[in-house]
Amino acid sequence: MTQLSPMQPTKVDVAVIGAGPAGMAAAVTASKAGLSVALLDEGQSLGGQIYRNIEHGTPFRDGILGPDYVAGRSLAESLRASDVTYLPRTSVWNISTDNMLDLSRDGSSSQLIADKIIVATGAVERPSPMPGWTLAGVTTVGALQILLKASGVVQEDAVLVGSGPLMWLVAAQMISAGTPPKAIVETTPKGRMAQAMPHILKALKGHRYLTKGLSMMRQVRGAGVPIYNAATDIRINGHEIAESVTFVSKGKEHTIRSSHIALHQGVVPNQQVTRLLRCDHKWDASQHCFRPVLDGQGKTSVPDVYVAGDGAGIGGAKSAALMGRLVALAIAQEKGKAAPERVYRLQAALASDGAVRPFLEAMYAPAPQFVKPAKETIVCRCEEVTAGAIEDAVDLGAPGPNQVKSFLRSGMGPCQGRVCGLVVSSIIAERRKASMDETGYYRIRPPLKPIPLSELANFQPLEVAQK
Amino acid sequence: MSASVDTIVVGGGLVGSAVAWGLARAGETVTVIDEGDIALRASRGNFGLVWVQTKGKNLFDYARWSRRSADLWPEFAELLEEHSGVNPDYHKAGGVHLCLSEEELDQARALNNRMHNVNGALGYGAEILDRKQLDEMIPGLGPDVVGGSYGQHDGHTSPLRLLRGLHGGLKSMGATYASDGPVLSVAKDGEGYVAKTASSTYRGAKIVLAAGHGNKALGQSLGLDIPIHPEKGQILVTERVDPFLNMPTHVIRQTDEGTVMMGDSHEHTGYSDRSTAPVISDLARNAVRCFPILSKLKIVRSWGAVRILSPDGAPIYQESETCKGAFSVNCHSGVTLAGAHAMALAPMIAAGKLDPDFEIFSARRFHGQTH
Amino acid sequence: MAKRIENTGEPVQFTFDGQTVMAQPGDTVAAALTAAGIDILRSSVVSGSPRGVFCMMGTCFDCLVEVDGVPNRQACQIPVTEGLTVCSQQGAPDVLEASA
Repeated sequence: MTQLSPMQPTKVDVAVIGAGPAGMAAAVTASKAGLSVALLDEGQSLGGQIYRNIEHGTPFRDGILGPDYVAGRSLAESLRASDVTYLPRTSVWNISTDNMLDLSRDGSSSQLIADKIIVATGAVERPSPMPGWTLAGVTTVGALQILLKASGVVQEDAVLVGSGPLMWLVAAQMISAGTPPKAIVETTPKGRMAQAMPHILKALKGHRYLTKGLSMMRQVRGAGVPIYNAATDIRINGHEIAESVTFVSKGKEHTIRSSHIALHQGVVPNQQVTRLLRCDHKWDASQHCFRPVLDGQGKTSVPDVYVAGDGAGIGGAKSAALMGRLVALAIAQEKGKAAPERVYRLQAALASDGAVRPFLEAMYAPAPQFVKPAKETIVCRCEEVTAGAIEDAVDLGAPGPNQVKSFLRSGMGPCQGRVCGLVVSSIIAERRKASMDETGYYRIRPPLKPIPLSELANFQPLEVAQK
Repeated sequence: MSASVDTIVVGGGLVGSAVAWGLARAGETVTVIDEGDIALRASRGNFGLVWVQTKGKNLFDYARWSRRSADLWPEFAELLEEHSGVNPDYHKAGGVHLCLSEEELDQARALNNRMHNVNGALGYGAEILDRKQLDEMIPGLGPDVVGGSYGQHDGHTSPLRLLRGLHGGLKSMGATYASDGPVLSVAKDGEGYVAKTASSTYRGAKIVLAAGHGNKALGQSLGLDIPIHPEKGQILVTERVDPFLNMPTHVIRQTDEGTVMMGDSHEHTGYSDRSTAPVISDLARNAVRCFPILSKLKIVRSWGAVRILSPDGAPIYQESETCKGAFSVNCHSGVTLAGAHAMALAPMIAAGKLDPDFEIFSARRFHGQTH
Repeated sequence: MAKRIENTGEPVQFTFDGQTVMAQPGDTVAAALTAAGIDILRSSVVSGSPRGVFCMMGTCFDCLVEVDGVPNRQACQIPVTEGLTVCSQQGAPDVLEASA
């Protein structure tokens, strides 16, 4: 199968959504087990965000991005060598209850039926709502890294504002690229090390990550980048474009001039597909995010739907690939195929790779200012809905994000709630003194990404039997 | 347990909220019991038409009631904004039922002829327009549009702002809104009524069932027969564009925010509210036929909602014969009828009795004259 | 100011609001505009305030631009090709003007 027919749905054993580490690994393993596999990805090329542009790296850029990035190349090579049908530039915009996937590719829609669906859609950056964060020139830290990976472009005056491993990694990579950030405004609140210490023994099992983290921090400090700790009351100033960032650190207000401010508060599972499918989700108090409820083999509450990688809960690229393989093996076994590799070895490797997580999660949990932003802060960037307006809607009786959405249009813009979802829920939960599980999340509806009306009008989908 | 109020309203959607708003305005103490965040909510899925033409072709009293509501809407919208600070974006712009074939146009013409005298001296207010006349009113129509029926009493509103305005108004008038539903049971309780949710018990001298499909089961315990069935409708909405369409059509309307809504599907798929690709593509094709200028716009979201339909499509309003002071309100036109529910029906319920000519809206109409 | 640390191929040219922008093969429109120092891509449909690239990975829909006459395309998802016509957007698109 290399072509999708507009006339009739193509059938496969396994559809894998997302070509990052989890998706590539799952696809290769399922294919090796003898299953027909389609790997669907929105991007132009393999790798997802973590291994973005992995097939077109140059020695110079590899040197900057480091061995953990370069490690992704072998995964992409194994995918290319496999029998997997890889469909780049393909956006899954709906999945119906009878395992029919509606896809958009190069301006037209078609259908794919899969016995099993592996959701490997990875992570998105946790929103960092603060006054001024909608100004032009303000990006995420992840955006800076994508610029570097995909285009070899760096911002010379960038100020990084936030916390977490990715921020330090990007700072270190910028230094290696010869353009250190202008400053780092660290938002990790005081006392976090004490909260994280109970997890340190376990984390030492994953000492490679700790060592890497410490070495990145040393590299940043060694390069003379000013670092401001435990920053609060952060706001970005500017008229058309960001001009400066103001914050309080160690009791003193600082303003740093820059028109490129990059924000980061860690990453969280991308829930769009599992929410569309109405899979059960649970709040993870350690990761501060919703995760789909999975059995030991990555299976969701919805029949035939599995999740692998950061979409299942944040574990990083290596864990994502391990989990992708495990999920593929579980499916292979269910379909009566011999496993091409040993499950217990992968499980042991997964446990070892994840050992550092509880420590990192305690250390870098989002600061209160991002969980419950000040009233005037825009939370929904698309519809420009403020935290205060959300609180008012709660006071009017709105019990959760879907009623708030219908009152205020938060989450109704083109991003479909991807950016604001978690903060909207957390503001409601705080206001109602309810748990995140009681509060819930936006209901996600098709299309998963906006689609031109003409494309839908030209689409001739099969009638589906709704379960 | 909460103190007893004058009236418990079960259901906080557009129907329950409009009735409760009217009751509160009439000076009653009111408790509205609503479900939580995820529920079958026809109100959240509404298209937003305040629509008179074509309504009540099987029951002329329903045609007159819809018209009465449209006549009340301007004052209602004003009062709503006054009480809540929320403008429901109501526009009495007139509305057009677009016809894509001569046959459809003939049917519209026949319907208008049949209905022309339904409001007596008030006039029906709908007329058939040919394509040339339509072009003078509406830009960008596609070649397949042959004409349409223009209704001068038709208009549109934002159902979401309407709901928010009603909830805001309820709050400002001191009504209690509880979202710990669903109501699991209702029962006669001495001189009044009791409604129970999983966590609370509510008491009131009267009770109004406005729980959409939930009414069917609840009504049984109060001697109310409520023969309603589900019918799914799906809707698409685009990204925002500059205002181009200043009046609603029955399948496409532009909101005040600039998004364009496309709807009018009818499916019998039980209580499922999922959007499905076949209907999404049908709606898209129809929209492109009506307005080819929308082709390049992106659909940002789709949704399904489940209409509450009686056997003849008209509302059911009824007081229980065995439980005086227990009323049921059932309809699929919660937006169109919001004006009448708030300003005409609620005062009757506040007075404890539906008008005698409301007998026509009781479910008894489906059972011949049996009592 | 943005700096490109490495060129990997023959430059590709496109226009943004009529101005010629040089890109590298593999650049998305968003990356090429960022590299060219262009940070404002549109004004918000709600308040009119200026917006630019935010997430660079297709999530936020902030980098919407008009590409070859089609409004609201995600600049971060579209690869640059020779001769592409990209325009900034002021508020919401006008469907009547576009069809005129």
